[in-house]
Amino acid sequence: MEQLEQQQAETLGAIADAATPEAVEAIRVAALGKQGWVSALLKTLGGMSPEQRQSEGPKIHAAREAVTVALAARKGALEAAALDARLAAETVDLSLPAPEAPRGSVHPVSQVMDELAEIFADMGFAVASGPEIEDDWHNFTALNMPETHPARAMHDTFYFPDKDAEGRAMLLRTHTSPVQIRAMLKQGAPLRVIAPGRVYRSDSDATHTPMFHQIEGLVIDKGIHLGHLKWTLETFLKAFFERDDIVLRLRPSYFPFTEPSVEVDVGYTVVNGKRVVGGGGDVANGGWMEVLGSGMVNRRVIEFGGLDPDQWQGFAFGTGVDRLAMLKYGMDDLRAFFDGDVRWLRHYGFGALDVPTLSGGVGVKA
Amino acid sequence: MKFSLSWLKDHLDTGSDADAIARKLTALGLEIEGVEDASAALGAFRIARVLTAEKHPQADKLQVLSVDLGDGAPLQVVCGAPNARAGLVGVLGLPGAVVPANGMELRKSAIRGVESNGMMCSTRELGLGEEHDGIIELPADAPVGATFADYLGSDPVFDVAITPNRPDCMGVYGIARDLAAAGLGTLKPVDATPFAGAFACPVDIRIEDAEGCPAFYGRVIRGVKNGPSPQWLQDRLKSAGQRPISALVDVTNYVMLAYGRPAHAYDLAKLNGAVVARRATDGEKVVALNGKEYTLDSTMTVIADAAGVHDVAGIMGGEHSGCADDTTDVLLEVAYFDPARIARTGQALALTSDARGRFERGVDPAFLDAGIELLTRLILDICGGEASEVLRVGAPPLARKTVAYDPALAGRLGGVAVAEDEQRRILAALGFEAAAGEGSGWTVTVPTWRPDVDGAADIVEEVIRVHGLDAVPSTPLPRADGVAKPTATPAQIVERRVRRAAAARGLNEAVTWSFLPEGEAEHFAEGNGGLWVLANPISEDLKAMRPSLLPGLLSATRRNLDRGAASVGLFEIGRRYLRGEAGASDEKLSLAVVLAGEKTPRGWKSGKAQAFDAFDAKAEALALLAEAGAPVDNLQVMGEAGPQFHPGQSATLRLGPKTVLARFGMLHPATAKAFDLDGPVAAVELFLDRIPPKKAAPGFARPHYAPPALQAVTRDFAFLVAAGVPAGDLVRAVKGADKANIVAARLFDDFRGQGVPEGQKSLAVEVTLQPGEKSYDDAALKAIADKVVAAAGKLGGVLRG
Repeated sequence: MEQLEQQQAETLGAIADAATPEAVEAIRVAALGKQGWVSALLKTLGGMSPEQRQSEGPKIHAAREAVTVALAARKGALEAAALDARLAAETVDLSLPAPEAPRGSVHPVSQVMDELAEIFADMGFAVASGPEIEDDWHNFTALNMPETHPARAMHDTFYFPDKDAEGRAMLLRTHTSPVQIRAMLKQGAPLRVIAPGRVYRSDSDATHTPMFHQIEGLVIDKGIHLGHLKWTLETFLKAFFERDDIVLRLRPSYFPFTEPSVEVDVGYTVVNGKRVVGGGGDVANGGWMEVLGSGMVNRRVIEFGGLDPDQWQGFAFGTGVDRLAMLKYGMDDLRAFFDGDVRWLRHYGFGALDVPTLSGGVGVKA
Repeated sequence: MKFSLSWLKDHLDTGSDADAIARKLTALGLEIEGVEDASAALGAFRIARVLTAEKHPQADKLQVLSVDLGDGAPLQVVCGAPNARAGLVGVLGLPGAVVPANGMELRKSAIRGVESNGMMCSTRELGLGEEHDGIIELPADAPVGATFADYLGSDPVFDVAITPNRPDCMGVYGIARDLAAAGLGTLKPVDATPFAGAFACPVDIRIEDAEGCPAFYGRVIRGVKNGPSPQWLQDRLKSAGQRPISALVDVTNYVMLAYGRPAHAYDLAKLNGAVVARRATDGEKVVALNGKEYTLDSTMTVIADAAGVHDVAGIMGGEHSGCADDTTDVLLEVAYFDPARIARTGQALALTSDARGRFERGVDPAFLDAGIELLTRLILDICGGEASEVLRVGAPPLARKTVAYDPALAGRLGGVAVAEDEQRRILAALGFEAAAGEGSGWTVTVPTWRPDVDGAADIVEEVIRVHGLDAVPSTPLPRADGVAKPTATPAQIVERRVRRAAAARGLNEAVTWSFLPEGEAEHFAEGNGGLWVLANPISEDLKAMRPSLLPGLLSATRRNLDRGAASVGLFEIGRRYLRGEAGASDEKLSLAVVLAGEKTPRGWKSGKAQAFDAFDAKAEALALLAEAGAPVDNLQVMGEAGPQFHPGQSATLRLGPKTVLARFGMLHPATAKAFDLDGPVAAVELFLDRIPPKKAAPGFARPHYAPPALQAVTRDFAFLVAAGVPAGDLVRAVKGADKANIVAARLFDDFRGQGVPEGQKSLAVEVTLQPGEKSYDDAALKAIADKVVAAAGKLGGVLRG
């Protein structure tokens, strides 16, 4: 049996020295393979006497166990080393740039229109729309501006040479107010709508572009008065600018389609050379900025809208969407809105996921 | 409308200061655009007496003055004014003072070697007028040493924006009336005591167009002496921003600015026979006071004599018969013209004037006599002469409107309850008369100077604007119970989704002009009745309404590439403007995408930069259509994207053979060239209006679904087909070969070349099969494969071995 011990020692030594998985495998075959020496010894057990088997069996099994364990351990060690070596060879420089996906953007005008829709939806206003190529009846006459009305000339209207089937002159709408008429005619009363969209005036300088965006608001109901208008505009501006210190100043004014008419100023203070909305405008380094035109809907307009002005009354307001965007988000050049400069769009645009919500806030912080 | 505080005080007895007046004007709806006080800049200028004036040793035109400020320490000042002389009392600017006219700060200096301690100033230098021939000469008793600001006295000038409904406030008197009503003082009465005429009006005045000119009052003043008007009158006109011309002209302007009553003074010597208010004849011409010739037509009212037209009635007088320095006899015209006629004539002639602005808004028809008497008094005072009797031809529309008014309406409409006494007070102060009407209501008689007021809402406005809009309390709008209901329409939801989807795909949203150069619009016109082309565009570049969003985006793309952008991915959502029914427009919601420059930049891993190709456009089209709710799996890829696109690299996506939901592909080189674009440009246009609306689901629950128990298996097929067969057709055929089992078919190889006969191609398709109740056995698989091969065979496809 000394031979067994010697063979076992030699085999374990060879396993420890084995440098490759192939060498380990050769040792396994030489020991545990069909022709291996451990297998040969195991086969001798059958020919032994019970006593002999009792004394030799455990030794042979112990040898097999020892070799098996040593083989597995060595094999594992070699494989681990090989994996380490492979991984070391696979090292990459992760400071290299990853593939880039361009970031898109939503235009500030669209973003602000979404914000306005969200705020006004909470107050029960739906979004209405109408054509931009309008007829002069909807754009002027139905808004209490007959042909010779001086306000018509003030509108710097773009005209087409065309007339519609009823002989009405076709033009580019100068304001979103014709949607008031269309909404009343289509939906009747009570009514709460906002109507954002493109409007056109033949005017072009540093602060005016021939195309810009307005939003119109209209409430027609019973018992609506100027106090409701004031509250609505206050509430809207507080929500839009996310400030509780919005102070409005109402000034009597004139629009043919409202009576009484009021212009609405919002107080601001000058901070670092920029106007920041909030606070009363009568403080030092403060002022009032005109932001909205509004008033109680003129009886004639309600009639033109197909409703009975003795039964229904309401208010309307309008303001510039581009201007609201500039006031909130700090752009100072209106012309850049319509240039499509990708640098400007990336800077002033909004992320696809910046969806205005009441719970998350309708504004996007800088 | 500009006027000075002193002018206002002619009509308003008030102790209020300029600041209080300015704030009240804005609160009344007479918006202050600015208050200027010329004296504010003159605090550093002092009244000084010239003691001696010596010739400058080094300069012929300069003098060296010794100037006394009353403190016993005369200053030496160098002066170039020809009128500088000993004894003159003038205005001295000391070092540190800023000259109003040019903003220069005065310094102690040496002028040609002689020390000068200040500057004796001219009228122009102090911003007080145009005179610059010499230094200011004050009366000898002017207080030497006092500041010039104190001497002049502060007389701030208000600049007020008058809304078109308030012709009565286009005169200082009307503004004073509003302020008095608002409690800022007492309105002074107009003194228009009639003059007894010394003789009958010698001019025959006739009205032949009573519609355009219902009333024409005239008076001749003989023996006047025209010339510069007196200082006070010049000061008034200058404060209003007007240039004094001559006394006769200035007087008519003054009465217009003070009372809102335009008038005209003719040089009688230049008139010929009867003066007639009539319609112009077509083609009749007149040279107006602005020196321009106008061609008139028969819709316009004119004042003419036997020789021709002398006045575009109510808008501008004629050059020929205007008053000049040698005028001795004048005919005054104080008339009433129909506002609508004036407006139309003014628009047609594109002629604006202060008179037109007042007549077209409606002057006070009851102020003709007062106007002519005020004018007469001023002319007689300033120019002398002898006045005729007034000849009154026609009659102005004096009927006063009445309005039924319920004082509770102030609260119901205006949102603020105003006590009835206060309402009566306000209305009376504004010239309205409130009498008892039906029930608790009033009958309010409207003053003749308020043509804008014709309904109860107007009365509410008068009451609350004087009462103060600050008093209107904020009142919450009634709101529906519970959480706000969704309000967006399906179309609005689609628009919002597609916008954010496009941004999420890396595209930048642009907003471009709705109007285009006509040529660019023509290039993209759909030919459904022609473009909408403006009659009065602001420029040729902004002339035709866009029939597609692509031209605007292509121009924006070019601007970006010109600025050095390497990659441009822009989109826009907006309307394209087409012709609709009955002469109306048809405005359709569209989305366009333009991809230009590099799709991927050169990279350490990706190698060379890659350009966009038509498949990038296809990917955008399909992804965005899917977000818009289009059934993208059912769309057919067909041709005819349009002549703007590369004929071999563009297509349409159609729902059925006719409904084109989108077109996409590479631009035609001719289109790219037209927009100055180098390099390949991919473009997409989605016609969002054509996507069929989804059937409204009754609720939120989705149809039942449980993932199949058995795993799907894939099989690959390769077919030889003619090179011209669209791969999409083959995939569609394969997918439809056995709808019970085939759930997907995906093309993964398109090979031409070795082993593939000329004129053919090999298309390889991976087919996904989903077993139902039991796994497929060989026979089942073979049956499905046979169907696939048969389906491909209908397109000429032959299974490759």
